[in-house]
Amino acid sequence: MQSLTNRNKQVERKPMTFAERMYLPSIFKGMAITFSHLFKKNPTIRYPEQKRTFPSVFRGVQILNRDEEGRERCTACGLCAVACPAEAITMEGAERQVGEEHLYREEKYAAKYEINMLRCIFCGLCEEACPKDAIYLTQTFAPSNYAREGFIYGKGDLLIPNPVTEPEAYEKAKGAIGKEIK
Amino acid sequence: MYLLLADWLITLIEKFTLIAVIVTTALIVAMYSTLAERKIAAFLQDRIGPDRAGPFGLFQPLADGVKLFMKEEIIPATSSKLLFILGPMLAMITATMTSAVIPWGSTIDIGGRAVPLQIADINIGVLYIFGVVSLGVYGIMIGGWASNNKFSLLAAVRGASQMISYELAMGLSLLAVLLIVGDLRMSVIVNHQIAHGWNVLYQPLGFLIFFICALAECNRTPFDLPEAENELNFGYHQEYSSMKLGFYLFAEYINMFISGVVMATLFFGGYDIPFVNEAAWGSHWWVGLISFAVLMMKAFGFIFLFMWIRWTIPRFRFDQLMNLGWRGLLPLALINMLITAAVVLWLNTK
Repeated sequence: MQSLTNRNKQVERKPMTFAERMYLPSIFKGMAITFSHLFKKNPTIRYPEQKRTFPSVFRGVQILNRDEEGRERCTACGLCAVACPAEAITMEGAERQVGEEHLYREEKYAAKYEINMLRCIFCGLCEEACPKDAIYLTQTFAPSNYAREGFIYGKGDLLIPNPVTEPEAYEKAKGAIGKEIK
Repeated sequence: MYLLLADWLITLIEKFTLIAVIVTTALIVAMYSTLAERKIAAFLQDRIGPDRAGPFGLFQPLADGVKLFMKEEIIPATSSKLLFILGPMLAMITATMTSAVIPWGSTIDIGGRAVPLQIADINIGVLYIFGVVSLGVYGIMIGGWASNNKFSLLAAVRGASQMISYELAMGLSLLAVLLIVGDLRMSVIVNHQIAHGWNVLYQPLGFLIFFICALAECNRTPFDLPEAENELNFGYHQEYSSMKLGFYLFAEYINMFISGVVMATLFFGGYDIPFVNEAAWGSHWWVGLISFAVLMMKAFGFIFLFMWIRWTIPRFRFDQLMNLGWRGLLPLALINMLITAAVVLWLNTK
């Protein structure tokens, strides 16, 4: 039969020669190879102390964005939850009351917004679906946890720091996104 | 009469201290061999290895020990309990017993008394080592049998047949050394090497055979068939848990250390420092310590070699193992012994 790639190799089944049956030469060769690895630089990144830098297209944990006045952009339209192939996002909408204009950008907001990080596949479709630029994927990933409940991230875990009250933390979080946002 | 008694008492104290020191040394070396094994495995595979417990992971063996002690101890209901407990005990005892006849250094002068760094200089030293080493297989056999588990039993049978097969070639390769030295006493073997050069120079083939057999006796790769994980799950200690398992694993490392020391003693001049005449230094107390350190260095070299081999060579198949032992090493050792005997005879009658 014609092979697909023409790269297949016939297996040699010749009986071993005397030198091969002695095993020792090939053993010494192998040991020389492993010994040379003693002095090689290892590529390990010692994780908690050292962190690798990710490329700008890396998709990590989501962040809920605020506008320049520190108001939440999310309107709880549910497009991200619909787009999510893993069904990781749940939310509950609520109406903005009078006097909450400094908290929420539009009349409707997400009272509850949860992403299950065990379900999330970090595809970034929520970011693409969002018409309000309210959700972005950052270049950090969800740290390990002892309980499953710990992986359900609420608004407290997801919201970006307020640019008005905590500008430094906001700039840092913005930097973690790794791309230009509104 | 009183003088004799006092002398006897001092000797007793001397020996007990020596036993305590040597057994502790063996245990500590075994303990850190586990770390060394993981570190060397890591370095040979371009990794870092355990480095979280203490600086460079130096407390890792302690952490492992604590972990093993804390684990739940399970004795299978269908096992024979007495033998199940006896197995790891035997493995540990036989592993440490070998150290009794090894000359660990020259003599140390304490208050005018020359204290030899050897627990017992018996006139059948080599035979004693072989006796105890072959007892070591009982730890594996009894443990595997008492577990009442097919895999454990298979592993135990493998271990027994492997040890018996390789002991033959080992003994024969050693006979050639004994022909040259002409004595079974360990101290005489070392002194002979100090006077006439190391045995490995006269017996390179004998050493090679002995070394390969030592690998098999210690159940080290490429001959680690009794604990071949991918064929026998975990081998003879599959049903063991907690410190009983720890004893088995520990005994393996003690065995490795002791066989390194035995090889250094039999073939590499024991505590002899190459190209240096230690006798000219006189009888200071530190001479004995340096000789002890030299022996340890040689033993560590062998331990490294054992580990280096483990992380290079894959495991033999069982039929290959038997083939190598019976059709390869045994005839080779026989020929080696006959040639040595003929040469020794010729030199003596000349």
